[in-house]
Amino acid sequence: MTMNTATEAAAQAAAPYLSINNVEVIYNHVILVLKGVSLQVEQGSIVALLGANGAGKSTTLKSISNLLHAERGDVTKGSIEFKGARIDQMTPNELVRRGVIQVMEGRHCFGHLSIEENLLTGAYTRKISRGELNANLEKVYHYFPRLKTRRSSQAGYTSGGEQQMCAIGRALMAKPEMILLDEPSMGLAPQIVEEIFEIVKDLNTKEKVSFLLAEQNTMVALRYADFGYIMENGRIVMEGEAKELAANEDVKEFYLGLAGEGRKSFREVKHYRRRKRWLS
Amino acid sequence: MGFFLETFLGGLMTGLLYALIGLGFVLIFKASGVFNFAQGAMVLVAALAMARFSGWATEALGSMVLGNVLAFLMSVAFMIAVAIVIERLVLRHLVNQELTTLLMATLGITYVLDGLGQMVFGSSVYTIDVGMPKEPLFLFEGVFEGGMLINPDDLIAAGVAATLVATLALLFQYTKVGRALRAVADDHQAAQSVGIPLGRIWVVVWAVAGIVALVAGIVWGSKLGVQFSLSTVALRALPVVILGGLTSVPGAIIGGLIIGVGEKVSEVYLGPFVGGGIEVWFAYVLALVFLLFRPEGLFGEKHIDRV
Repeated sequence: MTMNTATEAAAQAAAPYLSINNVEVIYNHVILVLKGVSLQVEQGSIVALLGANGAGKSTTLKSISNLLHAERGDVTKGSIEFKGARIDQMTPNELVRRGVIQVMEGRHCFGHLSIEENLLTGAYTRKISRGELNANLEKVYHYFPRLKTRRSSQAGYTSGGEQQMCAIGRALMAKPEMILLDEPSMGLAPQIVEEIFEIVKDLNTKEKVSFLLAEQNTMVALRYADFGYIMENGRIVMEGEAKELAANEDVKEFYLGLAGEGRKSFREVKHYRRRKRWLS
Repeated sequence: MGFFLETFLGGLMTGLLYALIGLGFVLIFKASGVFNFAQGAMVLVAALAMARFSGWATEALGSMVLGNVLAFLMSVAFMIAVAIVIERLVLRHLVNQELTTLLMATLGITYVLDGLGQMVFGSSVYTIDVGMPKEPLFLFEGVFEGGMLINPDDLIAAGVAATLVATLALLFQYTKVGRALRAVADDHQAAQSVGIPLGRIWVVVWAVAGIVALVAGIVWGSKLGVQFSLSTVALRALPVVILGGLTSVPGAIIGGLIIGVGEKVSEVYLGPFVGGGIEVWFAYVLALVFLLFRPEGLFGEKHIDRV
Protein backbone atom coordinates (compact mmCIF):
# COMPACT_ATOMS: atom_id res chain seq x y z
CA MET A 1 0.00 0.00 0.00
CA THR A 2 1.42 3.37 -0.86
CA MET A 3 1.31 6.43 1.29
CA ASN A 4 -1.57 7.84 -0.69
CA THR A 5 -3.92 4.96 -0.33
CA ALA A 6 -3.02 4.70 3.34
CA THR A 7 -4.11 8.24 4.04
CA GLU A 8 -7.18 7.78 1.91
CA ALA A 9 -8.16 4.71 3.82
CA ALA A 10 -7.59 6.54 7.08
CA ALA A 11 -9.79 9.39 5.92
CA GLN A 12 -12.54 7.04 4.84
CA ALA A 13 -12.89 5.43 8.20
CA ALA A 14 -12.97 8.37 10.59
CA ALA A 15 -12.83 6.31 13.76
CA PRO A 16 -11.97 2.74 12.88
CA TYR A 17 -13.49 0.02 15.05
CA LEU A 18 -10.27 -1.72 15.91
CA SER A 19 -7.07 -0.26 14.67
CA ILE A 20 -3.51 -1.25 15.29
CA ASN A 21 -1.00 1.37 14.33
CA ASN A 22 2.64 0.59 13.74
CA VAL A 23 2.91 -1.79 16.65
CA GLU A 24 6.27 -3.15 17.61
CA VAL A 25 6.55 -6.02 20.07
CA ILE A 26 9.68 -7.13 21.82
CA TYR A 27 9.90 -10.29 23.91
CA ASN A 28 12.23 -10.46 26.86
CA HIS A 29 13.62 -7.02 25.98
CA VAL A 30 15.65 -8.49 23.11
CA ILE A 31 13.59 -10.48 20.63
CA LEU A 32 11.91 -8.23 18.09
CA VAL A 33 8.83 -10.06 16.90
CA LEU A 34 6.50 -7.46 15.42
CA LYS A 35 8.24 -4.85 13.33
CA GLY A 36 5.59 -2.21 12.92
CA VAL A 37 2.28 -3.88 12.21
CA SER A 38 -0.76 -1.86 11.23
CA LEU A 39 -4.16 -3.23 10.53
CA GLN A 40 -7.80 -2.38 10.86
CA VAL A 41 -10.96 -4.29 11.55
CA GLU A 42 -14.30 -2.82 10.61
CA GLN A 43 -17.29 -3.34 12.79
CA GLY A 44 -19.17 -6.49 11.93
CA SER A 45 -16.53 -7.94 9.68
CA ILE A 46 -14.39 -11.05 9.71
CA VAL A 47 -10.76 -10.25 9.10
CA ALA A 48 -8.22 -12.97 8.50
CA LEU A 49 -4.62 -12.62 9.54
CA LEU A 50 -2.65 -15.09 7.49
CA GLY A 51 0.89 -16.24 7.36
CA ALA A 52 3.28 -19.05 8.09
CA ASN A 53 4.52 -20.27 11.43
CA GLY A 54 6.32 -17.60 13.38
CA ALA A 55 5.13 -14.75 11.20
CA GLY A 56 3.73 -12.96 14.23
CA LYS A 57 0.01 -13.65 13.94
CA SER A 58 -0.43 -14.87 17.49
CA THR A 59 1.71 -12.08 18.84
CA THR A 60 -0.44 -9.55 17.02
CA LEU A 61 -3.57 -10.98 18.60
CA LYS A 62 -1.96 -11.14 22.03
CA SER A 63 -0.78 -7.57 21.75
CA ILE A 64 -4.42 -6.58 21.29
CA SER A 65 -5.79 -8.74 24.09
CA ASN A 66 -2.82 -7.84 26.26
CA LEU A 67 -1.87 -11.37 27.13
CA LEU A 68 1.68 -10.53 26.14
CA HIS A 69 2.83 -9.54 29.58
CA ALA A 70 2.47 -13.08 30.82
CA GLU A 71 4.96 -14.12 28.16
CA ARG A 72 7.37 -11.29 28.90
CA GLY A 73 6.39 -9.48 25.74
CA ASP A 74 5.92 -5.74 25.51
CA VAL A 75 4.39 -3.36 23.03
CA THR A 76 7.26 -0.95 22.64
CA LYS A 77 5.94 1.26 19.85
CA GLY A 78 2.68 2.15 18.24
CA SER A 79 -0.84 2.22 19.52
CA ILE A 80 -3.90 0.01 19.61
CA GLU A 81 -7.33 1.56 19.59
CA PHE A 82 -10.76 0.04 20.02
CA LYS A 83 -13.72 2.27 19.23
CA GLY A 84 -11.54 5.34 19.46
CA ALA A 85 -10.01 4.57 22.87
CA ARG A 86 -6.45 3.43 23.51
CA ILE A 87 -6.47 -0.11 24.84
CA ASP A 88 -2.80 -1.05 24.80
CA GLN A 89 -2.27 -0.51 28.52
CA MET A 90 -5.44 -2.23 29.69
CA THR A 91 -5.51 -5.48 31.59
CA PRO A 92 -7.22 -8.43 29.90
CA ASN A 93 -9.95 -8.09 32.52
CA GLU A 94 -10.76 -4.51 31.46
CA LEU A 95 -10.63 -5.52 27.81
CA VAL A 96 -13.08 -8.36 28.28
CA ARG A 97 -15.40 -5.92 30.01
CA ARG A 98 -15.11 -3.66 26.97
CA GLY A 99 -16.05 -6.51 24.70
CA VAL A 100 -12.75 -7.73 23.28
CA ILE A 101 -11.88 -11.32 24.09
CA GLN A 102 -9.32 -13.72 22.77
CA VAL A 103 -9.73 -17.41 22.08
CA MET A 104 -6.24 -18.71 22.43
CA GLU A 105 -4.34 -20.95 20.09
CA GLY A 106 -4.58 -24.58 21.15
CA ARG A 107 -7.99 -24.12 22.79
CA HIS A 108 -6.82 -23.88 26.38
CA CYS A 109 -9.97 -25.22 27.96
CA PHE A 110 -9.91 -25.76 31.68
CA GLY A 111 -9.32 -29.50 31.57
CA HIS A 112 -10.58 -30.40 35.01
CA LEU A 113 -13.74 -28.35 34.75
CA SER A 114 -16.82 -29.67 33.00
CA ILE A 115 -17.82 -28.16 29.68
CA GLU A 116 -20.60 -26.23 31.37
CA GLU A 117 -18.29 -24.92 34.08
CA ASN A 118 -15.88 -23.87 31.36
CA LEU A 119 -18.64 -21.89 29.71
CA LEU A 120 -19.64 -20.33 33.02
CA THR A 121 -16.12 -19.06 33.67
CA GLY A 122 -16.51 -17.09 30.47
CA ALA A 123 -19.15 -14.99 32.19
CA TYR A 124 -16.81 -14.12 35.05
CA THR A 125 -16.65 -10.43 34.20
CA ARG A 126 -20.40 -10.02 33.88
CA LYS A 127 -22.69 -9.17 36.72
CA ILE A 128 -25.88 -10.88 35.64
CA SER A 129 -28.67 -12.83 37.22
CA ARG A 130 -28.90 -16.59 37.26
CA GLY A 131 -31.70 -16.41 34.70
CA GLU A 132 -29.71 -14.32 32.27
CA LEU A 133 -26.77 -16.62 32.74
CA ASN A 134 -28.87 -19.64 31.86
CA ALA A 135 -30.35 -17.87 28.86
CA ASN A 136 -26.83 -17.18 27.71
CA LEU A 137 -25.81 -20.79 28.21
CA GLU A 138 -28.78 -21.90 26.13
CA LYS A 139 -27.75 -19.52 23.37
CA VAL A 140 -24.25 -20.98 23.30
CA TYR A 141 -25.74 -24.48 23.23
CA HIS A 142 -27.93 -23.35 20.35
CA TYR A 143 -24.85 -22.53 18.31
CA PHE A 144 -22.90 -25.54 19.55
CA PRO A 145 -25.44 -28.33 20.06
CA ARG A 146 -22.56 -30.76 20.53
CA LEU A 147 -21.52 -28.98 23.69
CA LYS A 148 -24.93 -29.52 25.19
CA THR A 149 -24.63 -33.25 24.90
CA ARG A 150 -21.22 -33.12 26.58
CA ARG A 151 -22.09 -30.44 29.12
CA SER A 152 -21.14 -32.45 32.18
CA SER A 153 -18.03 -34.18 30.85
CA GLN A 154 -14.64 -32.93 31.95
CA ALA A 155 -13.33 -30.72 29.18
CA GLY A 156 -9.97 -32.48 29.23
CA TYR A 157 -11.59 -35.68 28.00
CA THR A 158 -13.50 -34.18 25.08
CA SER A 159 -12.31 -34.21 21.48
CA GLY A 160 -10.25 -31.46 19.91
CA GLY A 161 -13.21 -30.13 17.97
CA GLU A 162 -15.37 -30.05 21.07
CA GLN A 163 -12.64 -28.26 22.94
CA GLN A 164 -12.39 -25.65 20.21
CA MET A 165 -16.15 -25.18 20.39
CA CYS A 166 -15.92 -24.98 24.15
CA ALA A 167 -13.26 -22.28 23.90
CA ILE A 168 -15.32 -20.21 21.47
CA GLY A 169 -18.47 -20.80 23.52
CA ARG A 170 -16.66 -19.72 26.64
CA ALA A 171 -15.65 -16.49 24.96
CA LEU A 172 -19.26 -15.96 23.83
CA MET A 173 -20.40 -16.12 27.45
CA ALA A 174 -18.58 -12.83 28.02
CA LYS A 175 -20.93 -11.24 25.48
CA PRO A 176 -18.11 -9.92 23.33
CA GLU A 177 -18.32 -7.46 20.48
CA MET A 178 -15.11 -8.70 19.02
CA ILE A 179 -13.42 -12.07 19.23
CA LEU A 180 -9.74 -12.56 18.51
CA LEU A 181 -9.66 -16.11 17.29
CA ASP A 182 -6.25 -17.71 17.16
CA GLU A 183 -5.81 -20.64 14.84
CA PRO A 184 -9.21 -22.32 15.24
CA SER A 185 -8.34 -25.02 12.71
CA MET A 186 -5.26 -26.27 14.50
CA GLY A 187 -5.11 -30.03 14.65
CA LEU A 188 -8.70 -30.55 13.56
CA ALA A 189 -10.16 -32.68 10.82
CA PRO A 190 -11.18 -30.68 7.73
CA GLN A 191 -14.84 -31.44 8.33
CA ILE A 192 -14.72 -30.06 11.87
CA VAL A 193 -12.80 -27.01 10.63
CA GLU A 194 -15.58 -26.36 8.15
CA GLU A 195 -18.18 -26.77 10.91
CA ILE A 196 -16.40 -24.32 13.17
CA PHE A 197 -15.96 -21.71 10.46
CA GLU A 198 -19.67 -22.04 9.59
CA ILE A 199 -20.50 -21.25 13.20
CA VAL A 200 -18.10 -18.31 13.18
CA LYS A 201 -19.84 -16.93 10.11
CA ASP A 202 -23.19 -17.54 11.76
CA LEU A 203 -22.15 -15.70 14.92
CA ASN A 204 -20.87 -12.89 12.77
CA THR A 205 -24.11 -12.40 10.89
CA LYS A 206 -26.60 -13.16 13.65
CA GLU A 207 -24.88 -11.96 16.78
CA LYS A 208 -22.97 -9.14 15.06
CA VAL A 209 -19.68 -10.27 16.55
CA SER A 210 -16.61 -9.05 14.70
CA PHE A 211 -13.75 -11.46 14.27
CA LEU A 212 -10.04 -11.08 13.80
CA LEU A 213 -8.77 -14.54 13.14
CA ALA A 214 -5.25 -15.78 12.74
CA GLU A 215 -5.01 -18.79 10.48
CA GLN A 216 -2.49 -20.89 8.67
CA ASN A 217 -5.24 -22.55 6.72
CA THR A 218 -5.35 -19.75 4.17
CA MET A 219 -7.83 -21.33 1.83
CA VAL A 220 -10.55 -21.88 4.40
CA ALA A 221 -9.95 -18.58 6.17
CA LEU A 222 -10.24 -16.53 2.97
CA ARG A 223 -13.46 -18.29 2.07
CA TYR A 224 -15.15 -17.06 5.24
CA ALA A 225 -13.41 -13.73 5.79
CA ASP A 226 -14.27 -10.33 4.35
CA PHE A 227 -10.78 -8.94 4.41
CA GLY A 228 -7.33 -10.41 4.79
CA TYR A 229 -3.85 -9.45 5.83
CA ILE A 230 -0.80 -11.54 5.12
CA MET A 231 2.08 -11.48 7.53
CA GLU A 232 5.65 -12.47 7.04
CA ASN A 233 8.47 -12.05 9.50
CA GLY A 234 6.68 -9.67 11.82
CA ARG A 235 5.36 -7.41 9.06
CA ILE A 236 2.22 -7.15 7.04
CA VAL A 237 3.24 -7.81 3.46
CA MET A 238 -0.05 -7.87 1.66
CA GLU A 239 -3.64 -6.94 2.31
CA GLY A 240 -6.91 -6.83 0.48
CA GLU A 241 -10.44 -8.04 0.14
CA ALA A 242 -10.60 -11.74 0.87
CA LYS A 243 -11.82 -12.52 -2.66
CA GLU A 244 -9.01 -10.54 -4.25
CA LEU A 245 -6.43 -12.18 -2.06
CA ALA A 246 -7.78 -15.61 -2.87
CA ALA A 247 -7.52 -14.81 -6.54
CA ASN A 248 -4.09 -13.23 -6.30
CA GLU A 249 -1.47 -15.23 -8.18
CA ASP A 250 1.22 -14.70 -5.55
CA VAL A 251 -1.02 -15.72 -2.69
CA LYS A 252 -2.11 -18.75 -4.63
CA GLU A 253 1.42 -19.77 -5.17
CA PHE A 254 2.86 -19.06 -1.77
CA TYR A 255 0.05 -20.10 0.49
CA LEU A 256 -2.31 -22.24 -1.45
CA GLY A 257 0.32 -24.16 -3.34
CA LEU A 258 -1.49 -23.62 -6.61
CA ALA A 259 0.62 -22.28 -9.39
CA GLY A 260 -0.99 -21.20 -12.65
CA GLU A 261 0.26 -24.02 -14.84
CA GLY A 262 -0.15 -27.14 -12.73
CA ARG A 263 2.57 -28.74 -10.69
CA LYS A 264 5.96 -27.12 -10.61
CA SER A 265 9.38 -28.34 -9.76
CA PHE A 266 10.41 -27.17 -6.34
CA ARG A 267 13.48 -25.57 -7.89
CA GLU A 268 11.40 -23.16 -9.95
CA VAL A 269 9.22 -22.01 -7.11
CA LYS A 270 9.46 -18.29 -6.69
CA HIS A 271 10.90 -16.91 -3.51
CA TYR A 272 8.85 -14.38 -1.81
CA ARG A 273 9.18 -10.82 -2.99
CA ARG A 274 8.58 -8.74 0.02
CA ARG A 275 6.86 -5.51 -0.67
CA LYS A 276 8.64 -2.56 0.78
CA ARG A 277 6.47 -0.58 3.10
CA TRP A 278 7.78 2.86 3.79
CA LEU A 279 4.85 3.79 5.91
CA SER A 280 3.87 0.90 8.03
CA MET B 1 -12.20 -51.72 74.32
CA GLY B 2 -12.19 -48.39 76.09
CA PHE B 3 -8.48 -48.06 75.60
CA PHE B 4 -8.68 -48.84 71.90
CA LEU B 5 -11.43 -46.30 71.41
CA GLU B 6 -9.43 -43.71 73.28
CA THR B 7 -6.39 -44.31 71.14
CA PHE B 8 -8.57 -44.22 68.07
CA LEU B 9 -10.22 -40.96 69.07
CA GLY B 10 -6.91 -39.44 70.07
CA GLY B 11 -5.70 -40.30 66.58
CA LEU B 12 -8.76 -38.73 65.01
CA MET B 13 -8.13 -35.51 66.87
CA THR B 14 -4.48 -35.30 65.90
CA GLY B 15 -5.60 -36.14 62.40
CA LEU B 16 -7.99 -33.22 62.37
CA LEU B 17 -5.19 -30.88 63.29
CA TYR B 18 -3.09 -32.25 60.44
CA ALA B 19 -6.09 -31.86 58.22
CA LEU B 20 -6.47 -28.19 59.15
CA ILE B 21 -2.92 -27.52 58.03
CA GLY B 22 -3.32 -29.73 54.99
CA LEU B 23 -6.33 -27.67 53.94
CA GLY B 24 -4.09 -24.67 53.47
CA PHE B 25 -1.88 -26.64 51.10
CA VAL B 26 -4.88 -27.86 49.15
CA LEU B 27 -6.35 -24.37 48.80
CA ILE B 28 -3.27 -22.88 47.23
CA PHE B 29 -2.60 -25.95 45.14
CA LYS B 30 -6.12 -25.85 43.75
CA ALA B 31 -5.86 -22.23 42.77
CA SER B 32 -2.37 -22.07 41.37
CA GLY B 33 -1.20 -25.61 40.83
CA VAL B 34 1.67 -24.93 43.18
CA PHE B 35 2.62 -26.73 46.31
CA ASN B 36 2.94 -23.99 48.89
CA PHE B 37 5.87 -24.69 51.13
CA ALA B 38 5.14 -21.51 53.05
CA GLN B 39 1.98 -22.94 54.60
CA GLY B 40 3.84 -23.94 57.77
CA ALA B 41 5.38 -20.51 58.08
CA MET B 42 1.94 -19.01 57.62
CA VAL B 43 0.61 -21.12 60.47
CA LEU B 44 3.46 -19.90 62.64
CA VAL B 45 3.03 -16.25 61.72
CA ALA B 46 -0.73 -16.44 62.16
CA ALA B 47 -0.41 -18.09 65.55
CA LEU B 48 2.22 -15.57 66.63
CA ALA B 49 0.02 -12.70 65.53
CA MET B 50 -2.96 -14.16 67.36
CA ALA B 51 -0.93 -14.79 70.52
CA ARG B 52 0.48 -11.28 70.67
CA PHE B 53 -2.70 -9.49 69.58
CA SER B 54 -4.77 -11.38 72.10
CA GLY B 55 -2.28 -10.48 74.82
CA TRP B 56 -2.51 -6.78 73.95
CA ALA B 57 -6.21 -6.72 73.28
CA THR B 58 -7.15 -8.58 76.44
CA GLU B 59 -5.08 -6.16 78.46
CA ALA B 60 -6.50 -3.13 76.69
CA LEU B 61 -10.14 -4.20 76.85
CA GLY B 62 -9.98 -6.00 80.15
CA SER B 63 -12.15 -8.83 78.89
CA MET B 64 -10.87 -12.10 77.60
CA VAL B 65 -13.78 -12.80 75.25
CA LEU B 66 -13.78 -9.34 73.70
CA GLY B 67 -10.00 -9.33 73.61
CA ASN B 68 -9.90 -12.62 71.76
CA VAL B 69 -12.56 -11.58 69.29
CA LEU B 70 -10.69 -8.37 68.56
CA ALA B 71 -7.40 -10.24 68.34
CA PHE B 72 -8.94 -12.75 65.92
CA LEU B 73 -10.23 -9.96 63.69
CA MET B 74 -6.86 -8.23 63.81
CA SER B 75 -5.12 -11.48 62.92
CA VAL B 76 -7.48 -12.04 60.00
CA ALA B 77 -6.72 -8.54 58.77
CA PHE B 78 -3.03 -9.25 59.24
CA MET B 79 -3.18 -12.47 57.19
CA ILE B 80 -5.08 -10.65 54.43
CA ALA B 81 -2.36 -8.00 54.43
CA VAL B 82 0.26 -10.75 54.18
CA ALA B 83 -1.60 -12.20 51.19
CA ILE B 84 -1.70 -8.82 49.45
CA VAL B 85 2.00 -8.24 50.03
CA ILE B 86 2.90 -11.71 48.75
CA GLU B 87 0.86 -11.13 45.60
CA ARG B 88 2.39 -7.69 44.99
CA LEU B 89 5.97 -8.61 45.64
CA VAL B 90 6.18 -12.18 44.43
CA LEU B 91 3.29 -13.78 42.59
CA ARG B 92 2.51 -10.88 40.27
CA HIS B 93 5.92 -11.20 38.70
CA LEU B 94 5.66 -14.93 38.23
CA VAL B 95 2.49 -15.16 36.15
CA ASN B 96 2.74 -17.94 33.62
CA GLN B 97 6.18 -19.03 34.75
CA GLU B 98 7.25 -22.61 35.25
CA LEU B 99 5.63 -24.25 38.24
CA THR B 100 9.09 -25.01 39.62
CA THR B 101 9.78 -21.30 39.72
CA LEU B 102 6.65 -20.71 41.76
CA LEU B 103 7.54 -23.62 44.01
CA MET B 104 10.95 -22.15 44.72
CA ALA B 105 9.31 -18.80 45.34
CA THR B 106 7.13 -20.33 48.05
CA LEU B 107 10.27 -21.76 49.65
CA GLY B 108 11.66 -18.25 49.70
CA ILE B 109 8.44 -16.91 51.18
CA THR B 110 8.78 -19.52 53.95
CA TYR B 111 12.07 -18.11 55.14
CA VAL B 112 10.98 -14.51 54.88
CA LEU B 113 7.79 -15.21 56.83
CA ASP B 114 9.62 -17.25 59.47
CA GLY B 115 12.16 -14.50 59.96
CA LEU B 116 9.86 -11.50 59.75
CA GLY B 117 7.23 -13.12 61.94
CA GLN B 118 9.67 -13.64 64.75
CA MET B 119 11.25 -10.25 64.23
CA VAL B 120 7.91 -8.46 64.52
CA PHE B 121 6.23 -10.60 67.15
CA GLY B 122 9.23 -11.85 69.10
CA SER B 123 10.65 -15.31 69.22
CA SER B 124 9.87 -16.56 72.69
CA VAL B 125 7.22 -19.16 73.47
CA TYR B 126 3.73 -17.71 73.73
CA THR B 127 0.45 -19.18 74.74
CA ILE B 128 -2.88 -18.68 73.12
CA ASP B 129 -5.78 -18.87 75.51
CA VAL B 130 -9.10 -18.67 73.74
CA GLY B 131 -10.90 -20.10 76.73
CA MET B 132 -11.37 -23.61 75.46
CA PRO B 133 -12.56 -25.93 78.23
CA LYS B 134 -9.70 -28.10 79.39
CA GLU B 135 -11.46 -30.40 81.84
CA PRO B 136 -11.49 -33.90 80.38
CA LEU B 137 -14.84 -35.59 79.99
CA PHE B 138 -15.67 -39.22 80.60
CA LEU B 139 -18.08 -40.76 78.12
CA PHE B 140 -19.78 -44.14 77.86
CA GLU B 141 -19.04 -45.02 81.44
CA GLY B 142 -22.18 -47.13 81.44
CA VAL B 143 -21.34 -48.93 78.20
CA PHE B 144 -18.06 -50.46 79.17
CA GLU B 145 -15.74 -50.45 82.10
CA GLY B 146 -13.80 -47.26 82.78
CA GLY B 147 -15.56 -45.28 80.05
CA MET B 148 -13.62 -43.10 77.68
CA LEU B 149 -11.53 -40.02 78.25
CA ILE B 150 -12.16 -37.13 75.89
CA ASN B 151 -10.82 -33.58 75.81
CA PRO B 152 -13.59 -31.13 75.07
CA ASP B 153 -11.18 -28.80 73.31
CA ASP B 154 -10.57 -31.58 70.83
CA LEU B 155 -14.27 -31.77 70.17
CA ILE B 156 -14.43 -28.04 69.56
CA ALA B 157 -11.47 -28.26 67.22
CA ALA B 158 -13.23 -31.05 65.37
CA GLY B 159 -16.34 -28.93 65.00
CA VAL B 160 -14.33 -26.00 63.70
CA ALA B 161 -12.48 -28.13 61.20
CA ALA B 162 -15.67 -29.72 59.93
CA THR B 163 -17.35 -26.35 59.43
CA LEU B 164 -14.33 -24.97 57.66
CA VAL B 165 -14.15 -27.91 55.31
CA ALA B 166 -17.83 -27.84 54.47
CA THR B 167 -17.69 -24.11 53.73
CA LEU B 168 -14.60 -24.38 51.58
CA ALA B 169 -15.88 -27.38 49.66
CA LEU B 170 -19.09 -25.52 48.85
CA LEU B 171 -17.16 -22.40 47.93
CA PHE B 172 -14.98 -24.26 45.47
CA GLN B 173 -17.69 -26.32 43.87
CA TYR B 174 -20.60 -23.96 43.52
CA THR B 175 -19.60 -20.31 43.54
CA LYS B 176 -18.34 -18.10 40.77
CA VAL B 177 -15.15 -17.36 42.66
CA GLY B 178 -14.61 -21.05 43.35
CA ARG B 179 -14.99 -21.85 39.68
CA ALA B 180 -12.56 -19.08 38.82
CA LEU B 181 -10.08 -20.46 41.35
CA ARG B 182 -10.22 -23.90 39.76
CA ALA B 183 -9.93 -22.36 36.32
CA VAL B 184 -6.80 -20.48 37.34
CA ALA B 185 -5.30 -23.69 38.69
CA ASP B 186 -5.87 -25.40 35.35
CA ASP B 187 -4.51 -22.71 33.07
CA HIS B 188 -3.28 -19.30 34.14
CA GLN B 189 -3.22 -17.75 30.72
CA ALA B 190 -6.59 -19.04 29.60
CA ALA B 191 -8.09 -17.78 32.84
CA GLN B 192 -6.60 -14.40 32.09
CA SER B 193 -7.93 -14.49 28.54
CA VAL B 194 -11.53 -14.80 29.72
CA GLY B 195 -11.04 -11.83 32.00
CA ILE B 196 -10.37 -13.49 35.34
CA PRO B 197 -8.03 -11.09 37.14
CA LEU B 198 -5.22 -13.34 38.34
CA GLY B 199 -3.93 -10.91 40.92
CA ARG B 200 -7.23 -10.60 42.72
CA ILE B 201 -7.78 -14.36 42.64
CA TRP B 202 -4.39 -14.96 44.18
CA VAL B 203 -4.97 -12.44 46.92
CA VAL B 204 -8.26 -14.15 47.70
CA VAL B 205 -6.78 -17.60 47.81
CA TRP B 206 -3.73 -16.66 49.86
CA ALA B 207 -5.94 -14.74 52.24
CA VAL B 208 -8.23 -17.73 52.66
CA ALA B 209 -5.21 -20.00 53.12
CA GLY B 210 -3.94 -17.47 55.66
CA ILE B 211 -7.20 -17.62 57.58
CA VAL B 212 -7.17 -21.41 57.52
CA ALA B 213 -3.59 -21.20 58.80
CA LEU B 214 -4.80 -18.88 61.52
CA VAL B 215 -7.46 -21.33 62.65
CA ALA B 216 -4.94 -24.17 62.58
CA GLY B 217 -2.47 -21.98 64.47
CA ILE B 218 -5.00 -21.14 67.15
CA VAL B 219 -6.00 -24.75 67.65
CA TRP B 220 -2.42 -26.04 67.75
CA GLY B 221 -1.19 -23.06 69.69
CA SER B 222 -3.77 -23.35 72.41
CA LYS B 223 -2.85 -27.00 72.89
CA LEU B 224 0.92 -26.81 72.60
CA GLY B 225 1.92 -23.15 72.79
CA VAL B 226 3.21 -20.99 69.99
CA GLN B 227 6.84 -21.36 69.08
CA PHE B 228 9.08 -21.82 66.09
CA SER B 229 8.53 -25.58 65.95
CA LEU B 230 4.98 -24.87 64.80
CA SER B 231 6.25 -24.15 61.32
CA THR B 232 7.70 -27.65 61.08
CA VAL B 233 4.40 -29.20 62.09
CA ALA B 234 3.39 -28.39 58.55
CA LEU B 235 5.79 -31.00 57.29
CA ARG B 236 3.74 -33.62 59.07
CA ALA B 237 0.74 -32.46 57.10
CA LEU B 238 2.58 -33.14 53.86
CA PRO B 239 1.77 -36.86 53.78
CA VAL B 240 -1.79 -35.96 54.64
CA VAL B 241 -2.34 -34.08 51.41
CA ILE B 242 -0.48 -36.68 49.38
CA LEU B 243 -2.82 -39.29 50.78
CA GLY B 244 -6.00 -37.29 50.40
CA GLY B 245 -5.12 -35.80 47.06
CA LEU B 246 -3.64 -32.37 46.55
CA THR B 247 -6.73 -31.03 44.87
CA SER B 248 -9.41 -32.29 47.21
CA VAL B 249 -10.70 -30.34 50.18
CA PRO B 250 -12.52 -33.30 51.76
CA GLY B 251 -9.47 -35.39 50.85
CA ALA B 252 -7.33 -33.29 53.18
CA ILE B 253 -9.66 -34.10 56.04
CA ILE B 254 -9.98 -37.80 55.34
CA GLY B 255 -6.24 -38.06 54.73
CA GLY B 256 -5.63 -36.30 58.01
CA LEU B 257 -7.93 -38.64 59.90
CA ILE B 258 -6.42 -41.76 58.34
CA ILE B 259 -2.92 -40.63 59.18
CA GLY B 260 -3.79 -39.44 62.66
CA VAL B 261 -5.51 -42.70 63.54
CA GLY B 262 -2.94 -44.85 61.75
CA GLU B 263 -0.11 -43.17 63.62
CA LYS B 264 -1.60 -43.58 67.05
CA VAL B 265 -3.04 -47.05 66.64
CA SER B 266 0.06 -48.48 65.02
CA GLU B 267 2.26 -46.88 67.66
CA VAL B 268 0.27 -48.42 70.48
CA TYR B 269 -0.41 -51.85 69.01
CA LEU B 270 2.53 -52.45 66.69
CA GLY B 271 5.10 -50.26 68.40
CA PRO B 272 6.14 -52.77 71.03
CA PHE B 273 7.08 -55.34 68.38
CA VAL B 274 9.44 -53.08 66.47
CA GLY B 275 10.77 -51.06 69.36
CA GLY B 276 8.41 -48.11 69.04
CA GLY B 277 8.83 -44.89 67.13
CA ILE B 278 6.32 -45.80 64.44
CA GLU B 279 4.47 -42.53 64.93
CA VAL B 280 7.40 -40.60 63.52
CA TRP B 281 7.64 -42.32 60.17
CA PHE B 282 4.24 -43.94 59.70
CA ALA B 283 2.77 -41.04 57.72
CA TYR B 284 5.71 -40.75 55.38
CA VAL B 285 5.80 -44.44 54.56
CA LEU B 286 2.10 -44.38 53.85
CA ALA B 287 2.60 -41.35 51.60
CA LEU B 288 5.38 -43.15 49.76
CA VAL B 289 3.16 -46.14 49.11
CA PHE B 290 0.51 -43.81 47.74
CA LEU B 291 2.98 -41.99 45.53
CA LEU B 292 3.94 -45.34 44.04
CA PHE B 293 0.49 -46.73 43.41
CA ARG B 294 -1.95 -43.82 43.33
CA PRO B 295 -0.06 -40.57 42.92
CA GLU B 296 -3.18 -38.44 42.69
CA GLY B 297 -4.19 -39.53 46.20
CA LEU B 298 -7.54 -40.84 47.31
CA PHE B 299 -9.68 -38.02 45.99
CA GLY B 300 -7.36 -35.91 43.89
CA GLU B 301 -8.02 -34.99 40.28
CA LYS B 302 -6.48 -37.38 37.85
CA HIS B 303 -3.90 -35.93 35.57
CA ILE B 304 -5.59 -35.71 32.19
CA ASP B 305 -3.60 -37.07 29.30
CA ARG B 306 -5.00 -37.29 25.82
CA VAL B 307 -3.20 -39.52 23.42
